Amino acid sequence: MLIRVENLSKVYKNNNEEVYALKNINLEINSGEIFGIIGLSGAGKSTLIRCLNRLEEPTEGKIFIDDTEITNLNKKDLRNIRSEIGMIFQHFNLLSSKNVYENIAFPLELEGKNKKEINERVKTLLRYVDLEDKKLSYPSQLSGGQKQRVAIARALANNPKLLLSDEGTSALDPKTTKSILQLLNRIRKEFGLTIVLITHQMEVIKDICDRVAIIENGEIIELDTVEEVFANPKTKTASEFVSNLKTNIEEEIKYEKKPESKLVRLGFLGENSKKPIVSNMIKNFDIDVNILSGNINELMTTSIGNLTVELLGKDEEIDRAIQWLTKENIRLEVI
Amino acid sequence: MSELIVPALLETLYMVFFSTIFSLIIGLPLGILLVITEKGGIWEKSMLNQTLSGIINVLRSFPFIILMILLFPLSRLIVGSTIGTKATIVPLSIAAAPFVARIIESALKEVDRGVVEASLSMGATIPQIVFKVLIPESMPSLVMGITLTIINLIGYSAMAGAIGGGGLGDLAIRYGLYRFQTDIMIVSVTIIIVLVQGIQLIGNKIAVSINKK
Repeated sequence: MLIRVENLSKVYKNNNEEVYALKNINLEINSGEIFGIIGLSGAGKSTLIRCLNRLEEPTEGKIFIDDTEITNLNKKDLRNIRSEIGMIFQHFNLLSSKNVYENIAFPLELEGKNKKEINERVKTLLRYVDLEDKKLSYPSQLSGGQKQRVAIARALANNPKLLLSDEGTSALDPKTTKSILQLLNRIRKEFGLTIVLITHQMEVIKDICDRVAIIENGEIIELDTVEEVFANPKTKTASEFVSNLKTNIEEEIKYEKKPESKLVRLGFLGENSKKPIVSNMIKNFDIDVNILSGNINELMTTSIGNLTVELLGKDEEIDRAIQWLTKENIRLEVI
Repeated sequence: MSELIVPALLETLYMVFFSTIFSLIIGLPLGILLVITEKGGIWEKSMLNQTLSGIINVLRSFPFIILMILLFPLSRLIVGSTIGTKATIVPLSIAAAPFVARIIESALKEVDRGVVEASLSMGATIPQIVFKVLIPESMPSLVMGITLTIINLIGYSAMAGAIGGGGLGDLAIRYGLYRFQTDIMIVSVTIIIVLVQGIQLIGNKIAVSINKK
């Protein structure tokens, strides 16, 4: 395990009134995993990720990174550990007076590395993020995606074992977001980096995260693998985030219920999404199946299918079909 | 006329040059302190911040002529005299320093909070943030501020002429006003105008050329 957060709370005093930005957070993040924290704005996710490198001072609780108690470090040790944690931001936060090369060199310069070392490292990083031709450009001359790639290269300069992303793709268009996420995924694979990211976009969670925590009003209300949260969201907020990704889901409500029929929403996870479930159902039971809507979401490791169907036939046949579906491990919801 | 104008111009340039340097030496650290010690700054020290801010406000409230007279003892202590171009540099520098501090403060405050935060996240120390982030990032504004300071000091130095400081202001008053030699008045004032215009022009050019935003 790489990161352990114990009973973390953050309280702001506002005119003698105490406001909890974070309330009793407990988390474990594994080494090499991409861990997502999702929540609406004001939920406390930004405070949480800032507590991990103490850009924000926690009020209560402990944070351990690889058995070092972050919450207990003096200023000097904190600075040392910060240089081993990379961080990227929503608005990139590049130095506008420095060009691409100098921006990537900046953390190395802070560490007091010599010119030759810096030059070699920066060249490697420029090649890695594919910006060799832009090394003399200033941030104002770059696109959003290029700026974030510079920021990622800068975050990687000191060979961190942990990368924090504070809404790293929120200011980017969907296509650029995808390419940045691919880059993050590649970094994780090639350097074995642990990545903690916060976002309000479920697409980000879906595309690269292994596990996700959903945060609301400063508390973690749901924490599980991405597959599980997608297939089986337990809280209202979670299902809202998930359903934002599903298309046409609202339209099914418009279908009128006919006699001798049932509207059923089916969820397929992993292996199940590859089986011919519907066709088997029609063959085995004396019913008709009318497909109303469906989609498949590709996750990092697996895919999740959602299908809304109308089952037509005698009640007992439909019930038998439903029982069979349950036995086949299909998530099922009668509407 | 040139035997009057040239030495006076040199005196003015001498006064303005050295008082700019000294007011920067005093004002720059004060401006930096104001920014880093403020609430939410990287070295939050509320008491120090409020004390400094108070002193600067008091000094800035003094009319320049009064401040100059009040500082006569200090001039005597430092340069051994209260009149003459050298002696005038002391009150000029001290009068301009609080102004410089505020100018530096507002320039440094323009630096994006996120950039400072990113530097903190990389483990930068407070001096590293000041000298490698805040100052380079606000350089165009700093140059504009220093330009403004120089122009202000040209104005102040003309006033300083009134109490024995020498320079173009002194010339304009002694010959132009008291002796009704309007031509000398016009020439001195014209030279001051040209100086101010030229410095503003150079300041703008430098600020634009180093601005990478």
